[in-house]
Amino acid sequence: MDILMHLDRWLHLVAGVMWIGLLYYFNFVQVPAMAEAGADSDGPGPAAIGKYVAPRALFWFRWAALATWLSGAYYLWAAPYYSLHGAFTLGIGLNNVQLTSIGLGAWLGTVMLLNVWGIIWPNQKKVLGLKPATDEEKATAKRLAFLASRTNTALSIPMLLFMHASVRGLPF
Amino acid sequence: MNPLDSILGTIVTGLILSVVLVFLAKAIAGV
Repeated sequence: MDILMHLDRWLHLVAGVMWIGLLYYFNFVQVPAMAEAGADSDGPGPAAIGKYVAPRALFWFRWAALATWLSGAYYLWAAPYYSLHGAFTLGIGLNNVQLTSIGLGAWLGTVMLLNVWGIIWPNQKKVLGLKPATDEEKATAKRLAFLASRTNTALSIPMLLFMHASVRGLPF
Repeated sequence: MNPLDSILGTIVTGLILSVVLVFLAKAIAGV
């Protein structure tokens, strides 16, 4: 099933670009734009972003995250030069830097997926009014979702490094 | 102050973590 493995790796990259692309959109574009829109008393305000843009972006963001993780796990299982078990045990005792690298990338990606589905999405539902919450609960939810999103942005930097390093080697 | 409150702090955190994890990877893989 070589062709399946190649298609799966392709899917992993496409879904991963969508996931991390939207993550960077949130952190580099939407969060500062919402803050500026909220502070601009003469402007149209952030409501339209919250109503029309954020729910759509979050929809593709969370499902792309799941697709990325599942296709990555399948790839680790199917590729003859990787091993699902070996990657998640970081290649300890195997003296295989490729496996250790992809394992670190896989763990970082796993933590990021859990952040998306366990922290960001449940809290964003409160922030966007998709789930009932008091103003105080909304403020806490906003901070938690923000910090989990920023954590994922930070984790994406070593995650991408290790994914690439498993093929081309560590940078130093 | 939480470094994750700023984009620059977030990127620096990611870079520092990358360096630390590269050393960890080298130690684990014995290279």
